[in-house]
Amino acid sequence: MYKIFLTFILSIFLLPYSSTFAVEVDMLIPPSDFQAFDTPNDNGKSVSLRWPSSLSESTEAEYVVYASLRKNGPFTTEVLRINSKTMYEEGSDSNFHYMEIKPGKFFKKESDNTDGKPSYFFKLVMMANPENVAVENIASVTPKGNWFNWKKLNNFIILIAFSALVLWFIEHAKKNPNLYLRKISGLDAIDDALGRATEMGKPVLYVHGLNGMGSISTIAAVNILGRIAIRVAEYDTTLKVSNIDPIVLSVSQEVVKESYLEAGRPDAYVEDNVFMAASEQFPYVAAVSGIMIREKTAANFFMGYFYAESLILAETGAATGAIQIAATDSYTQLPFFITTCDYTLIGEELYAASAYLSREPLLLGSLRAQDIAKGIIITALVLGAALATVGIGFISFLFKAG
Amino acid sequence: MERLLRVDRRILFAFVAAAVTIPLLIKFDLPVIATKEVKGIYNKIESLPEGSHVLIAFDYDPASKEELQPMAIALLHHCFKNNIKVIGMTLNPGGTGLADSAITEVGNEYGRKYKEDYVFLGYKTGVELVMINMGENIYSAFPKDFKGNATTDMPALKDVQSLQDFDFVVDLASGSSIEAWIAFGKEKYNFDLGAGCTAVIGPDMYPFLQSKQIEGLMSGLKGAAEYETLIERKSSAVAGMSPQSVVHVLVVLFVIFGNFLYFMTGRKK
Amino acid sequence: MNFFKRTIPLIIAFIMGIMMAFQYYVPHEASQSLLKVVTRWGITIAGFAVFIGAYSLFHLHWNKIKRKVPGWGYSNFVFFGAGITVIFGLYNGGEFFLHDKQEGTMFDWMYFNVQVPAGATMFSILAFFMASAAYRTFRARTSEATILLVAAVIVMLGRVPVGALIWEFLPPIADWIMSVPNMAAKRGILIGVSIGAIATSLRIIFGIERAYLGGGD
Repeated sequence: MYKIFLTFILSIFLLPYSSTFAVEVDMLIPPSDFQAFDTPNDNGKSVSLRWPSSLSESTEAEYVVYASLRKNGPFTTEVLRINSKTMYEEGSDSNFHYMEIKPGKFFKKESDNTDGKPSYFFKLVMMANPENVAVENIASVTPKGNWFNWKKLNNFIILIAFSALVLWFIEHAKKNPNLYLRKISGLDAIDDALGRATEMGKPVLYVHGLNGMGSISTIAAVNILGRIAIRVAEYDTTLKVSNIDPIVLSVSQEVVKESYLEAGRPDAYVEDNVFMAASEQFPYVAAVSGIMIREKTAANFFMGYFYAESLILAETGAATGAIQIAATDSYTQLPFFITTCDYTLIGEELYAASAYLSREPLLLGSLRAQDIAKGIIITALVLGAALATVGIGFISFLFKAG
Repeated sequence: MERLLRVDRRILFAFVAAAVTIPLLIKFDLPVIATKEVKGIYNKIESLPEGSHVLIAFDYDPASKEELQPMAIALLHHCFKNNIKVIGMTLNPGGTGLADSAITEVGNEYGRKYKEDYVFLGYKTGVELVMINMGENIYSAFPKDFKGNATTDMPALKDVQSLQDFDFVVDLASGSSIEAWIAFGKEKYNFDLGAGCTAVIGPDMYPFLQSKQIEGLMSGLKGAAEYETLIERKSSAVAGMSPQSVVHVLVVLFVIFGNFLYFMTGRKK
Repeated sequence: MNFFKRTIPLIIAFIMGIMMAFQYYVPHEASQSLLKVVTRWGITIAGFAVFIGAYSLFHLHWNKIKRKVPGWGYSNFVFFGAGITVIFGLYNGGEFFLHDKQEGTMFDWMYFNVQVPAGATMFSILAFFMASAAYRTFRARTSEATILLVAAVIVMLGRVPVGALIWEFLPPIADWIMSVPNMAAKRGILIGVSIGAIATSLRIIFGIERAYLGGGD
């Protein structure tokens, strides 16, 4: 009896305090504002929502956003639900929430039927069981596509500047054609390799990399093939060109045929010498290795982008005693080519080969522009690293990716 | 000494064959410690809630199966164990059989249902072009899955319209598709990307790790072994560590011995 | 004829090159639609190009068989392999090609028991060639080559579990070599290659580089 009485008295004292907690949950303070605006630098499908933090945010409370195509609702379509302590705007020090959503996903059928751009209306609700609070104003927005992504402005300026540099130097090279190019031993050795093949009466093998015609390294390789084919035609040596990609095959056939024509030897062109070896990496390697061993090619050219097969090709060629010249922009395969080939062109030397072999002023001009651009980048790197070390991030900011 | 320098290649090949075969027969375990690169992928998947969508691109062919299939299987085990929905696809025509068998076998092991918990979309030609299409609308890129079912109403693809709706994308590549996924996928459509690759192209991926363009990287059979260790399911990759270690030691010994002979015979360039 | 073989392709290369370069900076829906159309054209062209490759392969080997050149017997395997793959692929376990792909068919058997092991075998040749190249050519001829060799040995041992057993600091040093000097070299080459790629692209767009069209100017 005494215990029951004591429990009753204690609960009377505790009741005001328990209701104090209830009061704290009940009195959610909504955010003072709610904005919806078109997300900048996008394709017009995204809407940005932004609102200031509320004092009553907690891990139990959530923000829910409802949307409608009409100002007066009904706001029944839930487009967003987040915990109230998450999704803060970057750099706002947790003072603002920011989210990007695509309302079109929720109103697909309706927005397909509307002409022009639909307007969306959003209502923000803050809720924590059993209470919910709504912000008074409804935010509305008509998202629009942007014609320029301003976050990529620095990228665009660099592109225009570099393009202008290339074009200027090409023009400059027309007036001053004797531009200096440092020696690239691998390219100078092409004539020796072709001469060796001619003396031995053995064929020359030209191996493209594994990439398709969309790859710059393949385009560069095809350019070199054209120049080599002219010399091969003049020396009356057999040239075998293996391909892995059908489009590269077509281009190679065209290039070699035209080269033979230019050398005055259209009769010497054999279409079957420019062939498709296989369409997959390792069957291609097996086929080309077989050709090297059976036909005992005197000179092998590996030009383009290679993968794991580079060592198999180069080692097989080395075992047959052929002179080998490789040119690749594939960073991981360079060590294998360097150890097994007689000459290796590294990285952009592959792209410079066309200009180097032809010595055309227009092509040389663009090489000079590349060097200037590299010099600018090196300067920016050194300066930027030095400044960043002392806390000045200006140059890092200039080159920040959008 | 000079004869040793010009030894027949086949003798060296025999040594390598023995170095691979003997550890597989004797079977000894080596400790595998997970690196932070592999933990990047593990932690990301571990952080995903149940019902999340993970896209795995099985961009490898049978030649790279020994390195990448264990990675794929370990990843699938992790996803299915955590009740994550797995969507598979491949940009390599040689990879369809391997991808389909991996995803089906592991899915069945966990009692997952095709079309509800996982789906294999199959192969599409075009690499970057497919990524752009998937980035806009996954259903226009893959109107049907590998088995010919329409993809539009699949429960496994619910709430997924495009690449942006995936919680995590992992590319297992034997070629250059990882760079393509970064340039044409992540940079355009902004999703979290992880990568697995053969050991040969692993060094190529380090700049992307440092610039946080990929969350994590599994490189070669060791990367697969580290992942198996993290998910506490040691399998073929961990078993492959002993022969791999022995061969690495053998190659180092070859290098040292070759240089020793070179200097002893007094050769100069 | 030169107008169709040279001028029109150069005009197309210029227009498409400029458009697709600027497309990257335009997020508008119109730009994305353009990209979609161009990518679909690319997929279509790549699809048709497969026939060109197949024709080249079969034509080459047919000629070898016809002329009985040395090794012509191997060319039979090209037709045999392609033939049975196509036949079993179309047979589709009895359901033929009008139905969905069946599982456990002869096509699957050939894939798992022929193509997969053959591909893996070719890749595994790398291990043997690596050892052979290491023994034959990795020489410390100069001081730079010596530094390279030492780094190679550290990385080779540090990247496998046995490295940690040999010396506990091998794996962290190997990681440092991969993360710092290796990355610096990679970035340097990447920057140079990227600039070269842009310059080559500009040469192609503006019609300065025309070798890809075939032959000389």
